[in-house]
Amino acid sequence: MNSSLRLRAGLVSVALLAAFLGIWHLATRSTAPVAAMNPEYAKLMGLTATQGKSAMPGPLDVGAKLWEHLKRPFYDNGPNDKGLGIQLAYSIARVGTGYLLAVLVAIPLGFLIGMSPLLSKALDPFIQVLKPISPLAWMPLALYTIKDSSVSAIFVIFICSIWPMLLNTVFGVASVRKEWINVARTLEVGTIRRAFTVILPAAAPTILTGMRISIGIAWLVIVAAEMLVGGTGIGYFVWNEWNNLSITNVIIAILLIGIVGMLLDQILARFTRMVTFPE
Amino acid sequence: MTDKFVSIEGIAKRYPGASGATTTVFENLWLSMARGEFCCVIGHSGCGKTTVLNILAGLDAPSEGAVIVDGQAIAGTSLDRAVIFQSHALLPWRTVLGNVAYAVSSKWRSWDRAKVKAHAQTFIDLVGLTGSEHKRPSELSGGMKQRVGIARALSITPKMMLMDEPFSALDALTRGTLQDEVRRICLETGQTAFMITHDVDEAIYLADKIFLMTNGPGAVLAEVVENPLPRDRGRTDLHRHPLYYALRNHIIDFLVTRSKTFAAETPNHDPRNVPVVQIGKPGLTIASNGEEQRQTRMPGTNPGLTA
Repeated sequence: MNSSLRLRAGLVSVALLAAFLGIWHLATRSTAPVAAMNPEYAKLMGLTATQGKSAMPGPLDVGAKLWEHLKRPFYDNGPNDKGLGIQLAYSIARVGTGYLLAVLVAIPLGFLIGMSPLLSKALDPFIQVLKPISPLAWMPLALYTIKDSSVSAIFVIFICSIWPMLLNTVFGVASVRKEWINVARTLEVGTIRRAFTVILPAAAPTILTGMRISIGIAWLVIVAAEMLVGGTGIGYFVWNEWNNLSITNVIIAILLIGIVGMLLDQILARFTRMVTFPE
Repeated sequence: MTDKFVSIEGIAKRYPGASGATTTVFENLWLSMARGEFCCVIGHSGCGKTTVLNILAGLDAPSEGAVIVDGQAIAGTSLDRAVIFQSHALLPWRTVLGNVAYAVSSKWRSWDRAKVKAHAQTFIDLVGLTGSEHKRPSELSGGMKQRVGIARALSITPKMMLMDEPFSALDALTRGTLQDEVRRICLETGQTAFMITHDVDEAIYLADKIFLMTNGPGAVLAEVVENPLPRDRGRTDLHRHPLYYALRNHIIDFLVTRSKTFAAETPNHDPRNVPVVQIGKPGLTIASNGEEQRQTRMPGTNPGLTA
């Protein structure tokens, strides 16, 4: 039953993909020559004018270009021509650094706030104000103070991934079941040991959920941030290829951004499953 | 009455209510227990039974008064007083062994892993869970979970055990088996136990003394009923004992009617000298009518039947 459902779902997925690619192909293919024109002019205008080909690349163009990229992912021909592997590596490194810094700040801080009703109340207005600020709004301030575009991008990732983790940690820590805390109390377990042996494992699923939301947001934001700071990264690549009017490369980049985002989410989902306990 | 192992001295619990008024759950509550005694508290919901237990455990502080255990006023929780929670309160991310070992390593911090494990294992064996050490609480039935809770409480070899309706969430069969085990373990180890229950038969089977509390708010300890049944009583022939029904009827009467009317009917009730009720005198064997056989004495006079 279960395996047959999975099989059927897989078949439907493949069919939908095939339909999408088919429609895409039909919509963008070359049609008959549009009109007679001066051959010199036709050469200048390219297939779009002469064959009625859509300016949008078809799936075959994208596939061929993608294959080219996959064959040489790490080439480096100077600042404006680097392999996709290198660009993705830059983006992942920025997200990774900013995200890890956010983990290091958000989880201990969330623990403190969650365990102390005073801090929780005192810091709440700040969190409420800071949380809805678009991470990109920080960019000029970051560029002005840090004076390094690459570090500014990392800062933007840091600031956007900290809130979901912080809020989830606070919530997870504050809502640990009273009876588990009471068990630790009757066993005269000290505060530090209680934090690590009762509160941390009890709050871990909630904390990991926050971390999973954060990595998703961080990956969304890095593309926009790199468009602004430029130089390297998949976001810069998208903008650079737009300036080159290479829609094929833009589509490839969009596809890769989606796949990497999915992989990051899956990694966090696996960690979440590891710390989740059945009750 | 000579050996006051546990002595609750004039405690009160008040909560701030709406518009500045305070709600008094109970006040001026006096109660004592001898070493090795098994005491049950019976009363309706809201009479503050659980609060008394939490104060004894140190989880809650009384608004007034003090609690003295083994000659020392208690301040906060202690490894000397183990609690068996109604909802078993096992840590779901730890195995059975892990849950018991957590308690053991909390008490004896310098012990190495092997020693902790061996000690925990003896208590898992004691409650009959051998073979389930590596299961997680979610894989256990309600009765097995509560056994782990009992093993965890016993493993720290406490001076007394506090139980808050430990068996109320279990089915009747499992409850019976666990009552047998708790009774056996308490008798074998001479454990002092304080238990809250709603189950009259459970109290009759387990307790040496039964504390009857009136309805809250403003609940008082109305009577201390001494259990007249022999110490070697068994579950199967408990109800055949001549004093069983007299005792049971006395408690049920209290719960049904007197718990409501006690305060009005007994205006000069002295909370420091709560009447001790003895069902049937030592010499009498047949109790055809509980009312005639009931004898109330004030503490400090004729010790009467002792366990």
